[in-house]
Amino acid sequence: MTAPKRTPLYEEHLAAHGKMVDFAGWEMPIHYGSQLKEHELVRTDAGMFDVSHMTVVDISGPDAKTWLQKLIANDVAKLTLEGKALYSGMLNAKGGVVDDLIVYLTAYGYRMVINAGTTDKDLAWMQAERGGFDVEFKARRDLAMLAVQGPNALAKFCSVRPDLTSQLGALKVFQGVFSDAWFVARTGYTGEDGLEIMLPADDIAALFRQLIAAGVAPCGLGARDTLRLEAGMNLYGHDMDENVLPLEAGMGWTISWEPQTRRFNGRDALETARADGLRMKQVGLVLEGRGVLRDGQKVLVPGVGEGVITSGSFSPTLKHSVAIARVPLATGASAQVDLRGSLTDVRVVKMPFVRNGKKVFD
Amino acid sequence: MSTIPSDLKYVESHEWLRLQNGVVIVGITDHAQELLGDVVFVELPQVGAHLAADEEAGVVESVKAASDVFCPIAGEVVEINELLEAEPQLSNTDPYGQGWFFKIVPSNLADLDGLLDAAAYATEIGE
Repeated sequence: MTAPKRTPLYEEHLAAHGKMVDFAGWEMPIHYGSQLKEHELVRTDAGMFDVSHMTVVDISGPDAKTWLQKLIANDVAKLTLEGKALYSGMLNAKGGVVDDLIVYLTAYGYRMVINAGTTDKDLAWMQAERGGFDVEFKARRDLAMLAVQGPNALAKFCSVRPDLTSQLGALKVFQGVFSDAWFVARTGYTGEDGLEIMLPADDIAALFRQLIAAGVAPCGLGARDTLRLEAGMNLYGHDMDENVLPLEAGMGWTISWEPQTRRFNGRDALETARADGLRMKQVGLVLEGRGVLRDGQKVLVPGVGEGVITSGSFSPTLKHSVAIARVPLATGASAQVDLRGSLTDVRVVKMPFVRNGKKVFD
Repeated sequence: MSTIPSDLKYVESHEWLRLQNGVVIVGITDHAQELLGDVVFVELPQVGAHLAADEEAGVVESVKAASDVFCPIAGEVVEINELLEAEPQLSNTDPYGQGWFFKIVPSNLADLDGLLDAAAYATEIGE
């Protein structure tokens, strides 16, 4: 059993009283005292997450664009402004999801960010898919990454890097910009405004300390999960995996079907599935009473069939439980969940559950 | 290192007991709330319920998991903490004070003698 890996912020996490747990082979902070408090700080102020366990991959070469047009279901041809990004699934031949990722257009080619738990698999997959393309890709293990999220995130980050104020002021959502070796993007996994900063590993500890001094709260994986769940954002390995079609995981909007001549990996399988008729869909579930919906719990839809909760937790903003579930296509506005042996009524809603700090569904 | 007040009694299932005027107040320990993480719901027993030692008395549900709360000593439930139902996080922030769960009149006061004291509970949890 190999020892868990540590990010360059390990000592900082301990200094901030982080409670360390194993996540995808990395020793990461689950919280620094209270995940509910950290969640609230991101919704109302600013919090930061060490995401250095994720992997930045730089892609270059004459065929970089055409290679990515085959590799991922969204189309990088849409990226025309430097620094602009898109979110996409990377599919296998069955149309299942190998990983979900973000790709940015850069001066040298593209920058991609992939999940921690799938890094080895993804890099091996990309290597196997390189054949016939004049393309290079490089995992940037020299870079660390910090996500600063919340309504005050940009302001507080700029207080630490005032030299970047005008550049960041002009930054569009889902766009990044280079400043020497730092890459700052207006992206995130919380549903709030914020930044994700990719920077040399040696620089991150000082940035973390400066941001604490500027009033940004360190936040752990616990809050990260409840924030993204409220925002209706998928978690790889839970809401989708290699055996789930993006069309059954709420990712239909990330697939670029035109032009039909772009035969991206998994396209044939998706077209067949669409022609045959999809069987499942992704929905949000709401439990307004007591109890917490959890991954793996069975969803029963009387007269229709069964589904499963793919991500469930407590929503600190709503103060009750919400979940993402994969259910039969004909599921209507209500369902039941087997909650520790007790059949419990839940409402079926469209996600996100929370936007701009407020409940969205009625 | 968790807090283990020396004036209380404990059981292996991580409940504490305080004897006050013939009534036993029960809650979960600091160690338990640390393991659970932020508590979001509690289910308390019915007032009037007669419970045996080690019988399920309720549930404490955190963001992480749901966990049973056990009655540490046989007796009748005479009061439950409604403030805790409204503010379940009190079991995290004040586990030995405002985060109490329920009060029982023990069937047999002498049963308290057989329970763990602070030192024995500390050993039990490896502290």
